[in-house]
Amino acid sequence: MVRRLARPAPQPGLHRLRPGHPLPGGHRHLAVPDRLRRPLDCDLSKAQEGSQPGHPFGFNGQGCDVYTRTVYGARASIQVGVFATLGVALLGSVLGGLAGFFGGAWDGFLSRITDIFFAIPVVLGGLVLLSVVTSATVWPVIGFMVLLGWPQIARIARGSVITAKQNDYVQAARALGASNSRMLLRHITPNAVAPVIVVATIALGTYIALEATLSYLGVGLKPPTVSWGIDISSASQYIRNAPHMLLWPAGALAITVLAFIMLGDAVRDALDPKLR
Amino acid sequence: MADLSNNDEAVAAAIEAPVAAGEPILQVRNLQKHFPLTQGILFKKQVGAVKAVDGVSFDLFQGETLGIVGESGCGKSTVAKLLMNLERATAGEVFYKGQDITKLSGRALKAVRRNIQMVFQDPYTSLNPRMTVGDIIGEPFDIHPEVAPKGDRRRKVQELLDVVGLNPEYINRYPHQFSGGQRQRIGIARGLALNPEIIICDEPVSALDVSVQAQVINLMGKLQDEFNLSYIFIAHDLSIVRHISDRVGVMYLGKMAEIGTDEQIYEHPTHPYTQALLSAVPVPDPEARAHRERIILTGDVPSPANPPSGCSFRTRCWKAQEKCSQEVPVLAIPQRFQGQDIPAAHSSACHFAEEKQVVPVS
Repeated sequence: MVRRLARPAPQPGLHRLRPGHPLPGGHRHLAVPDRLRRPLDCDLSKAQEGSQPGHPFGFNGQGCDVYTRTVYGARASIQVGVFATLGVALLGSVLGGLAGFFGGAWDGFLSRITDIFFAIPVVLGGLVLLSVVTSATVWPVIGFMVLLGWPQIARIARGSVITAKQNDYVQAARALGASNSRMLLRHITPNAVAPVIVVATIALGTYIALEATLSYLGVGLKPPTVSWGIDISSASQYIRNAPHMLLWPAGALAITVLAFIMLGDAVRDALDPKLR
Repeated sequence: MADLSNNDEAVAAAIEAPVAAGEPILQVRNLQKHFPLTQGILFKKQVGAVKAVDGVSFDLFQGETLGIVGESGCGKSTVAKLLMNLERATAGEVFYKGQDITKLSGRALKAVRRNIQMVFQDPYTSLNPRMTVGDIIGEPFDIHPEVAPKGDRRRKVQELLDVVGLNPEYINRYPHQFSGGQRQRIGIARGLALNPEIIICDEPVSALDVSVQAQVINLMGKLQDEFNLSYIFIAHDLSIVRHISDRVGVMYLGKMAEIGTDEQIYEHPTHPYTQALLSAVPVPDPEARAHRERIILTGDVPSPANPPSGCSFRTRCWKAQEKCSQEVPVLAIPQRFQGQDIPAAHSSACHFAEEKQVVPVS
């Protein structure tokens, strides 16, 4: 699946909605499609139909193949999750880590700033900030998540840097004449990064879920972008009649979130010399 | 800036100079560290200060071991941090070979740090768990590349491991693979790497098993002879301090109560606090134990944020009089012993210093 996702995005022309056009490749075997079926090639006459040969996940409300949309949706959802997490983790851990290490006025200032950001309700903030955005790409959503998400990581990074800073080995390095950058890079960062990794990987799942929430409210990703969030929100109103439309993208979301959380645990273990 | 770099050079020149045995290498004068107590949410206002170290003076002579004892919270460890410049002193000076090092920074401070090193109390937190032993002991050479050329470092690290009694093949192991005593040896090897003149030991054995304590203490004694080191040995275990020290200072509530040779302090203490402290030492001989006098102090140690006026020990002292609350006793040879060549004639910060034997002579 990874190899396929790495392929370039489909040509803009392929995104045009062509109702009534039969799905190409529909008769082929599921496991080895020679190319991914186009997500927006839909057949309204098959709307909400269940699983059938060539379409194992059935069709959604627009008559589009749910399997195709679930696979394609991974692009936007994982993009949002990974880039938002990277942005939040980098910004938060640099700002929080420096504040924890140097302390003083900068620390106090940053702590107050994080308090302010914690006071902003995420969904309401999203409604206000993202409603003015017209771009259909994932970047405004990622930017919004980084903007509201970094204080959480900053607090954790600050706390774990302060804990690591008090260890005698940092004092020993200082007593040897080590520079601040050496203490930060060699001694504090490797010993303070574990909680940040754990929280960031858990946050990755919540960002994918948040993207779904924002899309549901109409301010997240917008069609023709395909994402799990859009599909979950549009399928949720048909949950009684056609649960398969919700089940597949939601299942993909849940498995992805779980996979990233387990990845976080694995990274933390890999960094721990006691387990080597 | 020119002025500063000249100063750097002056310091660098001064610390290169050798010091003859028995000459003072470190002179501490009226050292103070006050931690401010603040109140207020937005605008912090200082409402007081914890006087962790409040006017400590002593000399460390080349090649000797100066023990510093005292109960928890009396400021021993803060003194160590001040001497290492890990905390900035509020007032007072530390003269290393005649140069005040409390206000140094940058290159001059780095140069001084080559010569004054530290061994920490807890071997479980003083070694970075994510670095190998080779990296930990080799780090001093990374910071001071002039000490050892790059190609030579691995051999030097292995030499140091050998010196402290560890197998040189352990170079690629991590700290968690060692026992407490072995870890402390690694800490000592790191302290020795730059070939310092002074090592400040902040309770180096109090986290170790008794059986291992002796090994580490003996190792430190051996290294002192081998590398011509001067030690400041901070501890609360009186018998270990006596074993390793040439001179001993007793601290109480941020001040030095009494200082003298180990014989003077242990067998002829003149300060009531020292006497009370020594009377609490366990005596292994049941016969002697039955005959010794126990001095039981009443009350608690006063808060260092609000120390008593005059003598800080007066609230718990059985000799306290009006004078003790008005006059701060100075650390000097008491009036009545001055000019006499007896062991009781040593510095003691008490208005009513008198000799009192509390430890049975062995």
